[in-house]
Amino acid sequence: MMKHELAMGMATRDAYGKELVALGKQDPNVVVLDADLSKSTKTALFGKAFPQRFFNVGICEANMVSMAAGLALSGKIPFISSFAVFLMAKGFDQLRMGIAYPHTNVKVVVSHGGISIGEDGPSQQSIEDIALACSLPGFIVNVPADEVAMRALLRAAHSHVGPVFMRAGRPKTPIIYREGEKFELGKGKVLTHGDDLAIVTYGGLVAEAIRAAERLERESSIRTTVIDMHTIKPIDGDLLRETAARTAAVLVAEEALADGGLASAVARWLGENLPTPMAIVSIPDTYAESATPAQLYEKYGLSAPSLVEAARKLVARKVRNGAIA
Amino acid sequence: MADEKLKEMAREIRRHVIRMTGEAGSGHPGGSLSMAELLAALYFGGVLRHDPSNPSWRDRDRLILSKGHGCPALYAALAEAGYISRDVLPTFRKIGSPLQGHPDRRFLPVLEASTGSLGQGLSIGIGMALAARLDDRPYRTFVILGDGEIDEGQIWEAAAFASFHKLGNLVAIVDCNKIQLDGFVKEILDMDPLADKWRAFGWETREIDGHDYGQILGAMTNPAPQGKPLAIIAHTIKGKGVSFMENNPEFHGVAPTADEVVKALAELA
Repeated sequence: MMKHELAMGMATRDAYGKELVALGKQDPNVVVLDADLSKSTKTALFGKAFPQRFFNVGICEANMVSMAAGLALSGKIPFISSFAVFLMAKGFDQLRMGIAYPHTNVKVVVSHGGISIGEDGPSQQSIEDIALACSLPGFIVNVPADEVAMRALLRAAHSHVGPVFMRAGRPKTPIIYREGEKFELGKGKVLTHGDDLAIVTYGGLVAEAIRAAERLERESSIRTTVIDMHTIKPIDGDLLRETAARTAAVLVAEEALADGGLASAVARWLGENLPTPMAIVSIPDTYAESATPAQLYEKYGLSAPSLVEAARKLVARKVRNGAIA
Repeated sequence: MADEKLKEMAREIRRHVIRMTGEAGSGHPGGSLSMAELLAALYFGGVLRHDPSNPSWRDRDRLILSKGHGCPALYAALAEAGYISRDVLPTFRKIGSPLQGHPDRRFLPVLEASTGSLGQGLSIGIGMALAARLDDRPYRTFVILGDGEIDEGQIWEAAAFASFHKLGNLVAIVDCNKIQLDGFVKEILDMDPLADKWRAFGWETREIDGHDYGQILGAMTNPAPQGKPLAIIAHTIKGKGVSFMENNPEFHGVAPTADEVVKALAELA
């Protein structure tokens, strides 16, 4: 169990922009497209380094997605970026027709995922992107938790042949991993060990889960396994089996709607393979509002205290059910 | 290929279209018949640089059928060119067939793109044209659009991008057959003056009779001014070649009956 407060790192979108430049140096087939948000998604760094291989298409998300399909069909490896909500909502049919259906080698890396983009409010916040991405056949869906994870998983996405969705965040993110940590798409990371409960989460909530686990142990002697399930699709069934068999209680926390995202994937996997008492902390079935990221996590029930409360209830249920003496 | 032979090729494509849609009991004959000369000119008139014995030739010209519902005519042209066997044409729309109801690369890899949801082919073509420029390859990319299809806003996103980025290796061909699914284009969403729209978006624009080989070949082969994408507005007749299908919105997406197949083939003999 980590006892120290997590150090603050850069936003995962910053790590994306920087690592993309490194990938561009390494692979001349990497091309990058953005829809007039490159200063925010950080693809502008690639544009500065490789102007010939960077296309700012203007505010034309649909055109951008289909163009990427054409580039991929011609042997390029396009990385396309915009805000999560704009790329996924305005480009969805194009993602379906040009990328998922013909299984083209396009990397869809969105920034400003979730509600933690803050003050810009619900029109810019993305609560549906994970479900939309998971609904596309053949897509790998991934959310790095910190800058180290972003760098490693971006390289894994580049090596993988086929469509990959990655979500980056706007705010600075606590550092979870040591530099050089190894990642594999589709393999979750166990961050803390405990047999009373598992918290399965991704992205910015990984840090909240670690804080919740510390408090649960300190205040209630509840020992928690925290899993960074960075890859939501395909879900890491082996890790779920091993963990749920040991903890007999799984709390999923996700910065998205519960329908169609990690909560659905975990519930489905456990329901089919190892039915386990579950609780879900996610964005409620509503749009949020303008506020700071921390205020939004608190108000919409995603912060560590909300996780602690949900975890205590879940463990109490387990005790009532006779699973613990 | 000489003019007479091209005319016969268009008739052959039309006969295939009638037989395929008749056999399938579904499909889109009207918009397939309207572009028979356009496809014959591309594949057999010396427009496309292509090699049926080497379909993945790196420098082949690309052709994307953005109006994917017109695929019976494309499949017929691919069969006549030798990319697929004529024997496979009767399997159109049947389970397991490489000839899916709309073009599907998973089943027929010789297709440059999977299409069927309208409005996307020009953007895909831009991606291919950009790749040619990045790799310094000589191939051109042709995209066939429908005049109903261009209602889609994405077409105009693409049109703006292509001229701004001076994609002189990109050709859009609008099969202007005047009819979309629900009726006449003029009554649903009139896009006139269409040539002016393409010109205003910065394209070298040529308006032709899409059933006249002299005009088709001239428009497709004469180079556009340096760095300008080329739009060819091909005025055509929906259902062309079959009297009871011509200018008839009913045959946008309805296959001919067995009797109608016989009548149509007699007219196309």
